Amino acid sequence: MKASRRESSLEMVLLGAALFLPFALQAIGEDYYIGLATRMLIFALAATSLNFIVGYGGMVAFGHAAFFGIGAYVVALLMEQGIASAWIAWPLALVTATLAALAIGAVSLRTRGVYFIMITLAFAQMIYYIVISLKFAGGDDGLPLAQRSALVPFDLASDTVLYCVSLALLAASLLALKRLAASRYGHALAGLRQNEMRMEALGYPVRRLKLVCFAAGAALASLAGALFANQNGMASPAQLYWTQSGMLLVMVILGGVGKRYGGVLGAVALLGIEEILARITEHSHFYVGIALLAVVLFAPQGLAGLFGLRARTR
Amino acid sequence: MAQLILEQTLNGLQFGLMLFLLAAGLTLVFGIMDMINLSHGSLYMGGAYLGAAAAQASGSFLIGIVGAILGMAAVGLVLELTLLRQLYKRDHLSQVLATFALILIANDAVRMIWGPQPLMLNPPAALSGPLELFGFSYPAYRLLIIGVGLGVAGLLYWLIGHTRAGMWVRAGAANREMAEALGVNVRRLFTGIFVLGAALCALAGVLLGPLLAVQVGMGESILILAFVVIVIGGIGSIRGALVGSLLVGMVDTLGRALLPTLLRSTTTPEIAGHLGPALASIMIYLLMAAVLFWRPQGLFPARA
Repeated sequence: MKASRRESSLEMVLLGAALFLPFALQAIGEDYYIGLATRMLIFALAATSLNFIVGYGGMVAFGHAAFFGIGAYVVALLMEQGIASAWIAWPLALVTATLAALAIGAVSLRTRGVYFIMITLAFAQMIYYIVISLKFAGGDDGLPLAQRSALVPFDLASDTVLYCVSLALLAASLLALKRLAASRYGHALAGLRQNEMRMEALGYPVRRLKLVCFAAGAALASLAGALFANQNGMASPAQLYWTQSGMLLVMVILGGVGKRYGGVLGAVALLGIEEILARITEHSHFYVGIALLAVVLFAPQGLAGLFGLRARTR
Repeated sequence: MAQLILEQTLNGLQFGLMLFLLAAGLTLVFGIMDMINLSHGSLYMGGAYLGAAAAQASGSFLIGIVGAILGMAAVGLVLELTLLRQLYKRDHLSQVLATFALILIANDAVRMIWGPQPLMLNPPAALSGPLELFGFSYPAYRLLIIGVGLGVAGLLYWLIGHTRAGMWVRAGAANREMAEALGVNVRRLFTGIFVLGAALCALAGVLLGPLLAVQVGMGESILILAFVVIVIGGIGSIRGALVGSLLVGMVDTLGRALLPTLLRSTTTPEIAGHLGPALASIMIYLLMAAVLFWRPQGLFPARA
């Protein structure tokens, strides 16, 4: 138990440092980096939500961009209708994504393995094509946000506040994940990863357990999407395209599948490397690709495995 | 109307045959080694760029085709021997990560060599005009594509169905361990398949170059279509890939051409204008979801 206490205190230190970061950046006049840090937090949330499905639920879903994008588009569409309140838009984004995930999951979970990968991909592509053919959703150009969501009493127009809200949501999700892993449901999921047939024989409602996991991950992703629309100033089709799903999956694998901090590590590392390389070279993706190849070949457990983080989710 | 349908059917056939060139390699890689290769579309893009460059330099479309095929076969060989070999035994997630990384590398490598602007690739001058066919005209170049596609499909059919190497391939797809135990050198066989797949990708890339733009990212959209094809057809089955390709090519092309018109005659123009394109572009994904729902192994399962 000593290790877990040390881990908790490390978490508190990291959270404190993260809270302190925007004010430190402001003090030294590097406000630009608050935006980058916010993006890291938002993608950390999105990748964590995918890691919940892939790492905890054992389902390799290749269509996570759909739920991320739904979150962004619900916020943008409501803004277009004059509804700027985050208290209305964000929960609505969450509900929409959850319903979509329940429908998609109900069909997709009849398949397994490679076929599950492909069918989730197909559904995400359907949503992508539907959205870009809707003229009121901006088509190929996407939908700009007139302003940021109004999250009374907080003023999201301030970059620092948006950063803090993103941090709060990420921290809350990570905490929930920790609780969940220790709960009855978490243990049932762990059992499913080990041996689905045996769990079925023990009387667990296997498909329902997986569906709940899939929908919960999707809901969290939509929240990240809603945040990203605010940070990005628009909802764009690129957020729904399959390469976005690929990027999120890359973050999860890079960070560590099934490790609680896998999504966070992956998002921060990938966006960080991209940012650094983009300053040195015009062709940053070339070197990002090489770095990812190196990780596959030399660090099969992802970065979390490399750092010896043992926060495995059983 | 009849002319439109005939023309679009030929277009669908042409698109389907090109999809088959991509799907044939992908389905064998997937079926035999159980390997998810997201970078298959990059081979197609590489082929289109190499072909366009070779055709521009030499002034001959034919040299463009040959150059693209030889070039991408060489790239495929190097890729398989150095990198992909290490991935066969790994889980799907590692394969996704590695081959996604290859997409990033390929896209930027193409940008480094040829710049961000799309390349122009003109069809051979002799084929640039339309051809009279039973009283209606159709672009000669598209007919050439259909001809080449049919030829390659026939060749593959013979290769897989009626040669010793083809028998090994089918044995490998049905049960890899068993084929290995019976003395098939699956490793060497697979190198061959991958090189063949890369060459077919290159051929598709050059042939489609004059019709679509030769640009970065052209591989990403068609890759997903190729995946749809092989999932519909049954992973590992060449026959499934052919049927799936033609199905997807036809449904997509005819859906885009006819659905808006059809909807306009049944609903108001406003609804048709919104719904038509949306429905047309998701038809093939609906088809795939439906196939997976009722036949989870695809139409022609290869696994024994």
